[in-house]
Amino acid sequence: MSAVRLLVGTRKGAFVLTSDGSRDDWDVNGPLFTGWEIYHVNGSPADPDRLYASQSTGWFGQIIQRSDDAGKTWEPVGNEFAYDGVPGTHQWYDGTQHPWEFARVWHLEPSLTDPDTVFAGVEDAALFRSVDGGRTWEELSGLRGHETGEQWQPGAGGLCLHTVLIHPDDPARMVVAISAAGAFRTEDGGETWRPINCGLRSGELPDEDREVGHCVHRIAMNPSRPDVLFMQKHWDVMRSDDGGESWHEVSGNLPSDFGFPIAIHAHEPDTVYVVPIKSDSEHVPPDAKLRVYRSRTGGDEWEALTRGLPQSNCYVNVLRDAMAVDSLDPCGVYFGTTGGQVYASSDAGDSWTAIVRDFPAVLSVEAQTLP
Amino acid sequence: MIRVVLPQHLRTLTGVDGEVRLDVQEPPTQRTVLDALESTYPVLRGTIRDHDTAKRRAFIRFFACGRDISLDPMDEPLPSEVASGAEPFRVVGAMAGG
Repeated sequence: MSAVRLLVGTRKGAFVLTSDGSRDDWDVNGPLFTGWEIYHVNGSPADPDRLYASQSTGWFGQIIQRSDDAGKTWEPVGNEFAYDGVPGTHQWYDGTQHPWEFARVWHLEPSLTDPDTVFAGVEDAALFRSVDGGRTWEELSGLRGHETGEQWQPGAGGLCLHTVLIHPDDPARMVVAISAAGAFRTEDGGETWRPINCGLRSGELPDEDREVGHCVHRIAMNPSRPDVLFMQKHWDVMRSDDGGESWHEVSGNLPSDFGFPIAIHAHEPDTVYVVPIKSDSEHVPPDAKLRVYRSRTGGDEWEALTRGLPQSNCYVNVLRDAMAVDSLDPCGVYFGTTGGQVYASSDAGDSWTAIVRDFPAVLSVEAQTLP
Repeated sequence: MIRVVLPQHLRTLTGVDGEVRLDVQEPPTQRTVLDALESTYPVLRGTIRDHDTAKRRAFIRFFACGRDISLDPMDEPLPSEVASGAEPFRVVGAMAGG
């Protein structure tokens, strides 16, 4: 019988939640790495028992943990993320130039085919790759070295590279996203990159449709249709039908088009999920109601999904890496909140139950579908 | 024999229960103790000192004989009580936050 494993990163450790395919009862394992911030835990599509975790604190810096047995045991691997060459500077909050400084790993994206190859999106924004199971890391410096790099400016959460999408048919083709620089694409395995932000409009910028400077919060791709991308920008939900060459807005009837995560149904590439948040000033749900919004039309037309979610006095947020789907039928959808709840839907979002309610603030959720 | 006391999170990371004991060339200094510590426990590289600059991380302090020696020169000999093993070299995670 199939099963689902959720990999949950929180402010105070990691958790592994497992259920059989019914997704009714969950075993909770954790916390792992108690007291450390776990920005992300992710598993290899090529070997689901190979897991990587980003573990950090302000005191002791960055650790990368690796498991070869589905999280039963872990081994610290390489934690040296050295920028290639002379790092140079990027733009600081006040418009002055600021040296690139490594802070932490936000996102780990294992290769689709090789368990030992994994990409790390870091703050200050850069993409690193390991081809030896995380023991050593090499920067793909063509990204940070792009001619616009000096113009990149941190978002409120830092200058973080948080999204790494690998094309399912051509691993040399990848899309990354950076707050607050925008989206970038490579077609040569990371050697060279170019911005793909045409159509994004950000009112916070003096030139609102400039080439870089857009605060992209998250991009999602369904592997069955890799040229269609959905983006939750700081404000605006966006769609591209040409691999990011151009974007158009699909916010439609959302109560707010500000938010962080975005996810796509595993089997219906036009079914998209977002969690609207009131504003960038408040970071709470509109009307104190926690609502996932689902579009079955590839955007523009959205319906509120509320069954099982708190519809009063709710002031949690859902962060950009904290929503995931499984590939069972019906599709499971999962998200974690800053209030420590992890919600699950085993019916594609129609109804929700809280697997746990009192975790530390959830930073990330990944779903593995197991045979 | 130098005795080193690590903060809880670094003891967990190294799998050490209690103090660490290190053989360090005479006279021991902050630098030689940290070099020996990282050589014995490579997982500590980058957690106490920056990988690239080898500078102490901002929220790490070093204590010996009840004194904060974090700002002392790295190559200055440690107190004789530490060199003899009578007192430990303490790596401390600074209290910060609220």
